[in-house]
Amino acid sequence: MEMIKKGAEADLYLADFHSVLHRGGKGKVIIKLRISKKYRIPEIDRWLRKSRTSLEAKLMMDAKAAGVPVPVIFEVDPESSKIVMKFIEGIQLKKILDRMPTKRRRKVYRKIGEYVAKLHRAGIVHGDLTTSNMILTENDEVFFIDFGLGEYDSSTEARGVDLHLLRRALESVHFRIVNEAYHQIIESYRKTFGSGAEEIIKRAEEISKRGRYVAREERTWR
Amino acid sequence: MMICLGIEGTAHTFGIGLMNSRGKILANCWKTYIPESGGIHPREAARFHAQNAGKVIEEAMRIAGISPQDLDLIAFSQGPGLGPVLRTAATVARALAAWLEIPIIGVNHCIAHVEIGRLVGKAKDPLTVYVSGGNTQVIAFASGRYRIFGETLDIPLGNCLDVFAREVGIPHPGGPKIEKLAKRGKKYLHLPYAVKGMDLSFSGILSEAIRLVESGERLEDVAYSLQETTFAALVEVSERALAHTEKKELMLTGGVAANKRLREMLSLMAKEHGAKFVVPPAELCQDNGVMIAWTGLLAYKSGCRQRLEETQVKQRWRTDEVEVTWR
Repeated sequence: MEMIKKGAEADLYLADFHSVLHRGGKGKVIIKLRISKKYRIPEIDRWLRKSRTSLEAKLMMDAKAAGVPVPVIFEVDPESSKIVMKFIEGIQLKKILDRMPTKRRRKVYRKIGEYVAKLHRAGIVHGDLTTSNMILTENDEVFFIDFGLGEYDSSTEARGVDLHLLRRALESVHFRIVNEAYHQIIESYRKTFGSGAEEIIKRAEEISKRGRYVAREERTWR
Repeated sequence: MMICLGIEGTAHTFGIGLMNSRGKILANCWKTYIPESGGIHPREAARFHAQNAGKVIEEAMRIAGISPQDLDLIAFSQGPGLGPVLRTAATVARALAAWLEIPIIGVNHCIAHVEIGRLVGKAKDPLTVYVSGGNTQVIAFASGRYRIFGETLDIPLGNCLDVFAREVGIPHPGGPKIEKLAKRGKKYLHLPYAVKGMDLSFSGILSEAIRLVESGERLEDVAYSLQETTFAALVEVSERALAHTEKKELMLTGGVAANKRLREMLSLMAKEHGAKFVVPPAELCQDNGVMIAWTGLLAYKSGCRQRLEETQVKQRWRTDEVEVTWR
């Protein structure tokens, strides 16, 4: 088991399927472990890790049911605040988006817009829509990962924040192409979401003007 | 060298601070309005400040051993805060500046808390957790401004504790008494936990805590659970901000900074991130005139100037609206 990311809230490990789940299985799995915090009392610590683990797993399953590519979950253990999921072979979109050919990039924008709209329609907000949390596979599928800040929330405000954070993430990392990226993602979002999309897009702009949310791109430290 | 008189008046406290431009504190005096019952009444607080302004100024002058003619600059808390209270402080500031024919400068109260902390807490560039009866913000300096990385969406944490105290019959000041009671708490009672992304919410916790007392739970247990739950949420949001900003210092300030359990929790968190934890002395954590004087000096020295007609108060002046010219 190899640690691949140390986050503010959880650590991620990469392991072989057969060593974790079943010896007949193939491929790799990601193990997400929520970390215990010394600063809070055990009662709160246990309850938070447990309920957040369940919530994250549930969000991911509902996202999948809504037609959004997310890793398959193999095991959820709220008691040890552990989620075992499929490791998605691919590359973080953050690392490649700027260097992709225009046509392929357009395809990716369309998918992102479509998937965010599908999440929102399913009553889910992701809470941390950055290109670090999107994995591009070889056949040009975009997987959404890390629902750790996700919530069930159908309010215009929550959805607006989601879009706004996406724009901020694009601004900070993909500043060269932020305008085309956001514009095309929104166009696709509008199409998939249908009626009501305008209000959300407008709210996202209002939130930007409030000027208080900042990109969370580099929230984790290594 | 300049001497600045800073006037603080945003809520309960009317404060006068005298500072020189080398960062030496010459005097720090204040009077605090305590409501006879219930919460703060803005107009009564303003009246209290107006009645006491002269006395506090004289006292500060006496302690510093200076006369009004020695002053070079008047700074005042221009916002955010309660309208009538802000206007009283601003009126005092305008009168002094006009009489002495010296410049006047309005200061953002929240930023003043950060700046005095940086000076006396010896922190260069901290992530600041500012918690009081009127504000709850996690603040850090990024690209030219003090940005808010997390804040309360409803009531401030200090207000949550104060209202709880009042509702269950604990006399003013509620905070220290809740802390004492909490030490004797034995049983954790579940309370709603409200971290929303990077933000906080305390009103639901407050209602539930009051309900628990009314339903017969021990006051000590509820006080303990209330502290543990609200503080855990605040520390979690602070931790996210610290990881995001990668600041090497964590500062706690505001009236609630007096709470030892909150200090302990934040210092544990800071340690895990290899950050230095600082808390300014109590008389500079609470609302005070010194922080206003110091921030006024910083702004003035960096070229900020204000005409009298630009000194109208700003009740909802946000931390991230201020252009920081001195950093």
